[in-house]
Amino acid sequence: MAQRTVTIASSVGLHARPAALFVEAAQETGLDVEIGRAGEDAVDATSILGVMALGAKHGEEVVLTADGEGAEAALETLVALLSRDLDAEEG
Amino acid sequence: MSGDTRHGVGVSPGTAVGPVVQVAPPVRPPADEPAPADAGAATDLVLEALAAVAADLDDRAAAADEHAAPILKATALIARDKGLAKAAGKHVGAGLGPAHAIDAAVEEYAAQFEALGGYFAERVTDLRDVGARAVAAVLGVPAPGVPALTEPSVIVALDLAPAETAALDRSRVVAIVTEAGGRTSHTAILAAQMGIPAVVQLPDATSLAVGTTVAVDGDGGSVTVDPDLELLEAQRVRRERRAAALAGVSGPGATRDGHAVALLANIGGVDDAVAAGAQDVEGVGLFRTEFVYLSAQTMPTVGEQADVYRKVLEPFGDRRVVVRTLDAGADKPLAFANLGEEENPALGRRGLRLCQALPTLIDSQLEALAIAARDTGANVRVMAPMVATADEAAWFASRVRAAGLPKAGVMIEVPAAALRSRHVLAEVDFGSLGTNDLAQYTMAADRMEGALSDLLDPWQPAVLDVVAAACAGGAETGKPVGVCGESAGDPLLALVLAGLGVSSLSMAPSKVPAVRLALSLHTLAECRSLAEAALSARSAADAREAVRAAASEELTSIL
Repeated sequence: MAQRTVTIASSVGLHARPAALFVEAAQETGLDVEIGRAGEDAVDATSILGVMALGAKHGEEVVLTADGEGAEAALETLVALLSRDLDAEEG
Repeated sequence: MSGDTRHGVGVSPGTAVGPVVQVAPPVRPPADEPAPADAGAATDLVLEALAAVAADLDDRAAAADEHAAPILKATALIARDKGLAKAAGKHVGAGLGPAHAIDAAVEEYAAQFEALGGYFAERVTDLRDVGARAVAAVLGVPAPGVPALTEPSVIVALDLAPAETAALDRSRVVAIVTEAGGRTSHTAILAAQMGIPAVVQLPDATSLAVGTTVAVDGDGGSVTVDPDLELLEAQRVRRERRAAALAGVSGPGATRDGHAVALLANIGGVDDAVAAGAQDVEGVGLFRTEFVYLSAQTMPTVGEQADVYRKVLEPFGDRRVVVRTLDAGADKPLAFANLGEEENPALGRRGLRLCQALPTLIDSQLEALAIAARDTGANVRVMAPMVATADEAAWFASRVRAAGLPKAGVMIEVPAAALRSRHVLAEVDFGSLGTNDLAQYTMAADRMEGALSDLLDPWQPAVLDVVAAACAGGAETGKPVGVCGESAGDPLLALVLAGLGVSSLSMAPSKVPAVRLALSLHTLAECRSLAEAALSARSAADAREAVRAAASEELTSIL
């Protein structure tokens, strides 16, 4: 099982737009990905409601885990995504 | 021949023709929904409903502009959420029918988000929207809200929530018709702001068949089903004559003999300010500042407020901008300044009364306005809502001056302030009549109660008496008194107001040209005799008819 820790860079935390981008990316990996705080129950990273209910704020550390083939590479992509201020990048 | 013509209340001028699009009312799970006989089938129904909602939202996202598309896509993601489907499935297993199961699952997540507060709590609206759509899909009824518009349409609803009105695609809405609502309801104000003809209080509006062509007359307040060519032609001629007449006058407002009556815009946000700033208006007579606060969960900082105010002030250069300080209360509660529930919010601690209870609210707003005024060099004047006494006026004026702002005024919307205007105005630099609330308080009629629309008619002679009393105090103290209620945008009533001594009229920018024309066709002496005629009438209808009969035909022929 692959595991990575990352700090939420989005200035508004992991809510609407950043959360949607993250969940879409997690769904694209096709793997079972979970996100949570260290030492707490993790949530399904492909569930937008689960991710939003986590309520991760700007500057908070979260732990990502994934299972299966390509898990390391998948987490690399997701960590890179969370390390950017997704809310500042207006499309 | 045209089909039947129904009569309501015209609240936003102009005429338009188009097919009816009905806005479906909100859906709740039926109280008598039975427990599912087959849990597996009921779960499938839930999953199909959620999938259909997701697919519909994706379709709408594909057709939406760059602003709306990401929001719709994110909402589709909620509908497709595995956690939501699982939670609803669990409720089905526990014996709830599919509609109740979806509702219960949505409410569980909503409670979690609300507990998180801030940005997360704001997403609850999207979540409940998904829930309501899925419940509608389960029940086989139309999805609530405004459907996606594919052609220019007439929007018909029982009533529209402010959020629904604001979200309308302006390029595809030619008119708005509601069965409920009133002269001063949000629909009326927003339609006028958008320059879209609107009729409220139309009997059986919700029974108009979808797709039927209707002709809407926002001046006369009528809606005609399947209009014939003759009617359409008459409306077209009137539209053209009106456009030609209105194009013939421009610039500052004045009577035919040159008595100045400033023509100003009512605005409620940055977009309004940018739009109104580009219009032929002499400034802003009412800038409603609530939008800065209403969606915020915590008090905006002085810096954040100043940023917004700068954006509102800039489009007006050296033209005046009259800012109404925060008008919140129990009916428009703020998350960070809530004094609790009240039995009668309209008569409770709202407006200045709330600010007296929480002075940091008003002080930070005045500080932010002073910063924005200094940075932009704008001609800013501030006024307080819900002032009833001279002491309240003095309290507000002292705080405005302490903040370093040049001019303080009061809204005159409580009859007490109008009747005692000579003492109230002595404390400040100007007064502004808020005729919507003034009518509500003079007639003891809730302005949100559509059934009381006739009592709230600004032509009610009692309301005009109260306006006259306020103007008398203005004349005595030498302080200017303006009008910023929707009545200022009625060309005939504007003449009456000018005759009573009002020195500025502030309205939705779309209403300015007709008022400018009305003033230019009458002398001040004629306005005074029209005011006399209105004041001596027995009823609102008589007052309106008396003024219409005596006004210039050049004006009445295009109204």
